[in-house]
Amino acid sequence: MKNLIRSAAFLRPYAWQAFASLLMLLALTGLNLVVPRIIQAVVDDGLLRGDTAYLVRSALLLFGLGLVSALLGLGNRYASEWIAAHVSYDLRNRMYDHIQYLPFTYHDHAQSGQLISRCIEDVRAIEKFAGSSIPELARFALLTFGILGVMLSANLELAVISLLPMIPLILMTGWFGTKIGKLFFAVDQAVGEVSNRLQENVTGVQVVRAFAREEYETKRFESANMDVFRKWLHVIDEWAKIMPTTNWLITIGTILILYFGGQMVIAGELTVGAVAAFNAYLLMMAEPAQALTGLVNAGGEAAAGAQRVFEVLDAEPDIKSKKEARVLSALKGEVEFRHVSLKYQNENNHSLTDINVKVGQNKIVALIGPTGSGKTSLVNLIPRFYDVSDGAVLVDGRDVRDVELTSLRRQIGIVLQTSLLFSDTIRANIAYGRPDAAEEEIIAAAKAAQAHEFIEGFTKGYDTIVGERGVTLSGGQRQRVAIARALLTDPRILILDDSLSSVDTQTEKLIQAALDKLMEGRTTFVIAHRLSTVRRADLILVMDKGHIVESGTHDELLKAGGLYKEIHDLQLMQREEALTDIQPITGNKPTHENTLYAPRSNAG
Amino acid sequence: MTKITPPEFITRSEEQLDKGYDPKVAQGLMQFLKPYAGHMIFALVLIVIVTAAAVSGPYFVKLAIDEGIAANDPLALRNIALAYLIVSIIQLGFNYWRVRIMARVGQHVLYDVRTAMFAHLQKLSLSFYNRYSVGRVITRVINDVGTLREFITWAVLAIVRNLLGIIGTLIAMIALNFQLSMLTFAVLPVMVWVTIAFRKAARQNYRKVRAAVSWGNSVLAENINGVRVVQAFSRQQHNYNTFSGYVNRYYLETSLDAVWVASLFTPVIDLLGALATALVVYVGGTAVLGESITAGVLIAFVLYIDRFFEPIRDLSRRFDTLQSTMAGGERILELLNTPVEVRDEANAAEMQPITGAVRFDNVSFHYSDDPVLVLDSIQLDVKPGETVALVGETGAGKTTIVKLLARFHDPTSGGVHIDGVDLRTVTQGSLRRQMGMVLQDPFLFNGTVKENILFGRLDAKDDEVIAAAKAVGAHDFIMNLKNGYETSVEEGGLTLSVGQRQLISFARALLANPRILILDEATSSVDTQTEHIIQSALAALLKGRTSFVIAHRLSTITNADKIVVIDGGRIIEQGKHADLLAAQGRYYELYKTGFQD
Ligand SMILES: Nc1ncnc2c1ncn2[C@@H]1O[C@H](COP(=O)(O)OP(=O)(O)O)[C@@H](O)[C@H]1O
Ligand SMILES: Nc1ncnc2c1ncn2[C@@H]1O[C@H](COP(=O)(O)OP(=O)(O)O)[C@@H](O)[C@H]1O
Ligand SMILES: [Mg+2]
Repeated sequence: MKNLIRSAAFLRPYAWQAFASLLMLLALTGLNLVVPRIIQAVVDDGLLRGDTAYLVRSALLLFGLGLVSALLGLGNRYASEWIAAHVSYDLRNRMYDHIQYLPFTYHDHAQSGQLISRCIEDVRAIEKFAGSSIPELARFALLTFGILGVMLSANLELAVISLLPMIPLILMTGWFGTKIGKLFFAVDQAVGEVSNRLQENVTGVQVVRAFAREEYETKRFESANMDVFRKWLHVIDEWAKIMPTTNWLITIGTILILYFGGQMVIAGELTVGAVAAFNAYLLMMAEPAQALTGLVNAGGEAAAGAQRVFEVLDAEPDIKSKKEARVLSALKGEVEFRHVSLKYQNENNHSLTDINVKVGQNKIVALIGPTGSGKTSLVNLIPRFYDVSDGAVLVDGRDVRDVELTSLRRQIGIVLQTSLLFSDTIRANIAYGRPDAAEEEIIAAAKAAQAHEFIEGFTKGYDTIVGERGVTLSGGQRQRVAIARALLTDPRILILDDSLSSVDTQTEKLIQAALDKLMEGRTTFVIAHRLSTVRRADLILVMDKGHIVESGTHDELLKAGGLYKEIHDLQLMQREEALTDIQPITGNKPTHENTLYAPRSNAG
Repeated sequence: MTKITPPEFITRSEEQLDKGYDPKVAQGLMQFLKPYAGHMIFALVLIVIVTAAAVSGPYFVKLAIDEGIAANDPLALRNIALAYLIVSIIQLGFNYWRVRIMARVGQHVLYDVRTAMFAHLQKLSLSFYNRYSVGRVITRVINDVGTLREFITWAVLAIVRNLLGIIGTLIAMIALNFQLSMLTFAVLPVMVWVTIAFRKAARQNYRKVRAAVSWGNSVLAENINGVRVVQAFSRQQHNYNTFSGYVNRYYLETSLDAVWVASLFTPVIDLLGALATALVVYVGGTAVLGESITAGVLIAFVLYIDRFFEPIRDLSRRFDTLQSTMAGGERILELLNTPVEVRDEANAAEMQPITGAVRFDNVSFHYSDDPVLVLDSIQLDVKPGETVALVGETGAGKTTIVKLLARFHDPTSGGVHIDGVDLRTVTQGSLRRQMGMVLQDPFLFNGTVKENILFGRLDAKDDEVIAAAKAVGAHDFIMNLKNGYETSVEEGGLTLSVGQRQLISFARALLANPRILILDEATSSVDTQTEHIIQSALAALLKGRTSFVIAHRLSTITNADKIVVIDGGRIIEQGKHADLLAAQGRYYELYKTGFQD
């Protein structure tokens, strides 16, 4: 109920339309009452008077009234549906927008199938209710009170007797109302679960196929589907109880009137006509009584939907700009982590502990370390995808929590570790961060990311539409488009999160060379496993279990002889094996380490 | 009329559907009703009884007044009231029964349709999913199927009831006065014409509405799934403008169009009813004046007209529901009738236990939406137990080769054979159950870590799960998670680092204990040390199985029995590491750059 009242707020912009729809409905109801009177008048007056002109007029009047009521019917229906459509339009917009701003943490734990179903199915339930509820409710009240008034004034005693069945009816409806909302909520949850199953099955389709788990998946789907079925049965049970009973109680009223009214007639206290009239009134109650059930039912469905909608809308995007947040002007690009710790929501352990780094303008920072050591977690703090649990992340000396979020993120280009693309053209994907970018800029970015060549190789070139998430591209192609996408925004701070993992070594070299140029004049964070990428950095951070265990330049770290040296030795060993493989062929002596690992200044 | 043009993939299916698809849709949907024919007929009988009971109500009233009250007979009155009560209770019981039956049938049908759709989705080939977004699939299975509910639960019987009512009234009218009946029916042709026109307009509108829902859902779903990129690029405002200005607005406008036509229909029918009444009043009234009929007949007739148009009005509302249902039904059947590209032949055999000889026989292949050959005359022979490494630039076609091996797609020409058996002649299930794949993009399901590993072999024991995790060096980090193997990973494994996800999906493939193991950049996001550990474990694991390994870090593949270098969809070199180096070809180049700076 609370949720229903809250969702009524969405009707507010359309108060006038709702009012108009109500008026039309009332006029229509009135007209419907008038028509039988006219027919009666025709019979009584026209026929008896034997007046042809009067007949013509009556016929025309009947048709005219038909026309007016048709127009009113049209107006009323269209108005209420118009309101409903607009309410749901507004609601869907709200949901869409709100979800976009919910933080990563929310999405980490949210089930997208449920989210989708909330935006669609639940909004629809509200929509169905929104347009018609107010006029219907008003009509119900009017009819009920009108009929009640007539009955009570006609014969108090008989009225009370015949209305006795209304008491259980009202109680039942009330009880139905409290129950049906919960039942519908359960249905909605179950439907959401079904869309979750679908969502997961479609996204994971390759894995399902690879392991021939179709039957297993179908079983899981069937059980979710069966759950919907079961939850619906609960609703149906309530329907089956209330709907026939409503009619039945009205009939009981008739029987009571006949029985007690009849006795009154026999006792001479009442006329037969009065009993018949009373019965007619009571039958008129049948319609609003049924309407009430329908209304309560739709209300329950809408309330359940509203609850699920508000669960989303009430989730605070806790990562958002403060009111007094400063809009960042062009960044210099200094980044500082000051005693930063990070514990993800619902986790016991810290993923980052006491991180202390200061990175100067235009420096290149490389992060290396075992899987799960916190590299991604660390760089994700710079664009404030997550908020630190302790300490602060500062960009140009300002805490990222104090600056306007868009102005911060616009100056950061990030290539996420999972390079997700959208089902759009390759051009639109590259231009994702700058939809207004010129063609040459897009091509330039693609060239820098070594993507231009393969894109041109497609029949439709830059107009090739990629599948959802980029599934129609090979892994390395996807990564390169993602790199181009980040480069196009010409960011002050560039973050490359393991962005070349699926790229072959030759292409990697080419991208490296292009990036070397592009990294100039930007602060860059690179996460990589291959030392060839890491070693050129101005600062290398070696991470393990959420700590920075070592930091320094390549040479410093080698001297220190810690984890970095271990990684280095392992890769060196592999390299040396490789060189001994190659060496007898080329006939060259194994090249000295220093010339292979040339310092960056020389290489650049 | 809306000026927004949705993307081509949204409108395409509409055009296909526009060619008088009706009977087929009805037929297709009937299929799902058939199993419940008995229930429905029974409900029909109930409805007849209930209607009869309802009709008898006024009769009881009349009896009570005439025999009881007017006759001053309290006993008779009591008996009649009692009889009425009993009849009403019977009506109540049958009504209860009817609602339950029909609503249940409705739910059964929805269940069946959804399950059938899901089962079909499990068969559709992967190229279907390249074109079809999650949002669109969800729309079809949830929303479009939802349009059936209202119709089956309420409308089917209401239509029957209304038709009965119309026929009954029709007979009564004709019996009462033939001329006046004909006069009333004069409006019927107009009504039929209106209905046909309405049907066409409404159907088209509802198709657009369904398409709009589909478009909206796919945009929504994509935005939700890609929300991290949206935020990273601060695209919220732009996306919102697109959504509210185009996608959602298209939905709004198509809905309004549909609603407009639907709102128009009932009043027009009403108006025709009023016209008929007016005609009857005039003509009949004149007749009364001319004394060819009595006033009583005229009054009765006018009442009948009302009774005649009431069910028609109700039908017209149902008819609207029907149009929306049919538009949904078209889309359901479209999905169910989507041909399965890669399917088991009728006489497909079970794949016998695989020894592991693999042969690509002059295989060429292109994906369905681009005619450019991705694989060109691939000729490859692999002996049982060999380890094959596929190397080459990204986009060369390595993943595509292993996809063909697992028969995710069928070759455009040529054939893939395992143990001399063409893959197209065996069932996909029996083939893939003997394979283990680590895909390039690790995907984890909503569930615990253990469940995710178990996906490889459902009946594996705990110690086997642990052994698999240990083999890929995942055990340690798993034990460090909140609840160890019982830790639930969120959808897609989002709370794990990418490398961790890879390790879990690696363990999953090992647990399957496959005859053929495919590792497609299985450790690309894993650090070198962990990778090294896996390498040493792998040697033992690969023994006795045929395996295909794709990797860019060449240190991982030097021991392969056969290295295959792919470039632009062709095999340009193959052989052992040392031989290929000696040849100083492409592999040599790749290898050298891999270790130089
Ligand atoms: N969104 C998240 N929610 C909870 N835990 C997370 C999340 N992302 C990462 N983790 C955990 O934090 C640790 C560090 O992960 P990450 O920073 O991704 O590592 P990597 O160094 O491989 O990039 C891992 O143990 C991972 O399980
Ligand atoms: N599902 C698909 N639909 C259309 N084209 C695809 C699909 N998957 C891959 N391709 C294209 O086929 C080519 C080979 O891709 P792939 O086999 O994934 O390369 P890789 O050698 O990197 O594994 C690429 O040009 C890619 O764009
Ligand atoms: Mg690949």
